[in-house]
Amino acid sequence: MEIVKPDHLQELLDSYANKDVYIHLETTNGAYASHFKEGFFNAGAFIRNVVVKYELGKVAGESPHRVGLKLPSGWIYAQGITHYTVDEHDRLLMCGLDPDGKLAVALEISETPFTY
Amino acid sequence: MIKEERHVLVIFPHPDDEAFGVSGTISTYIEMGVPVTYACLTLGEMGRNLGNPPFANRETLPQIRKKELQNAAASMGLTDLRMMGLRDKTIEFEDDEKMIQLVTDLIEDTTPSLIISFYPGLSVHPDHDATGRAVVRAVRRIPESERPKLYTIAFANNTAEVLGEPDIIHNVEAVAQKKLNTLNSHASQTVWMMRDMEKRLAEKDPDALKWLHTERFFTYNWDNDFE
Repeated sequence: MEIVKPDHLQELLDSYANKDVYIHLETTNGAYASHFKEGFFNAGAFIRNVVVKYELGKVAGESPHRVGLKLPSGWIYAQGITHYTVDEHDRLLMCGLDPDGKLAVALEISETPFTY
Repeated sequence: MIKEERHVLVIFPHPDDEAFGVSGTISTYIEMGVPVTYACLTLGEMGRNLGNPPFANRETLPQIRKKELQNAAASMGLTDLRMMGLRDKTIEFEDDEKMIQLVTDLIEDTTPSLIISFYPGLSVHPDHDATGRAVVRAVRRIPESERPKLYTIAFANNTAEVLGEPDIIHNVEAVAQKKLNTLNSHASQTVWMMRDMEKRLAEKDPDALKWLHTERFFTYNWDNDFE
C-alpha cells in the first residue's frame, strides 16, 4: 500500500461507481484497548461482503482523508484513510494506519467477493 | 517439573496466542516425546499491525500469518497443526453449540490427557474468552472420571482477585531458544516487542528472564465453574 494520492484515488472511486460491488468496512481501536488503558471506551464496527451500488464516490480533505460513497438511499463513509492500493484481483483497498502502523479504519471495494 | 502426558491438545484462536505463554511448554512436551496437537481457530485476519510503511494489507495479512504459524509450529517441533478456518474477532458470534461440537470433535479425535486453552472471562480478547467457554463446556460434558485435565491461561487485570495464583508453574529455561524462535516466527505481530525484549534479555533483566523461563497455568477448577 502507498500513501493516498487523492487525484488517483478519485479516479479509482469513479471506476467502481454504478456497479454492484462488495464492501469491507471496519473501524477498530484493537481488542486490547481497554486492557492497556482501563476505562477506555472501546468501540468499532465491521461489515464484509455486503453488496452495494454507489452512484457517487468522493475522497475529501487533507490526509488523513475521508472517503464517502453515496448510495441510492443511503451512505457509506470512512474517515482517517491514509493508504491505498489496487491488488492483483482489482480490489481497491484503502485503510488508515496510525503512526505505529496499526490499522484504525479500512474501506475496501471489489467487484468479486472477498474471502470469508 | 513438567508432568508426563499421553497427548496434549492446545486450542487457541490466533496465530501467536501459543507463542507467549505456552511455546516453552509445547516444546518441552515434544522433547519428552509427548504428542501435541495445536488447533488454531483463525488466521488472525483482523490483526492491526500492518507497519508504516505497510508490509501487508487487510487481504494479504492472513496468508502472512498462516506462514508465520507454520514456522512457529516448526520452531516448537510441532507436527500436528490444525487450522480451523474461523474468522478473527467472530468466535463469540458463532453458534455456541457449533463451537462446543468443534472442540468435542478435536477431543474425540486426539483423546488428550491434557487440554490447554484460555480461561473464559479472564482472557481479555473476546475470541480468547469465547474459545475458553467452548473448551470448558465441551470438557464439562465428559464424565468426570474420563475428563482430561484442563490448564488455562488468564491475564485479565483482575485475574488474581478471581483465581488467586496459578497452581501450575513450568520452568522452560531449557527450551528458551525454541520459545524465542517461536515468538520471532510471528514477526508481523512481535517484531516491535521482541526488539525491546531481546535488549532486556541481553542485559539479564530479571523480569524479562522470568517471563521467558516461566509459564504459568490455572488448572480449571470444576468446583468453581465459570457458569
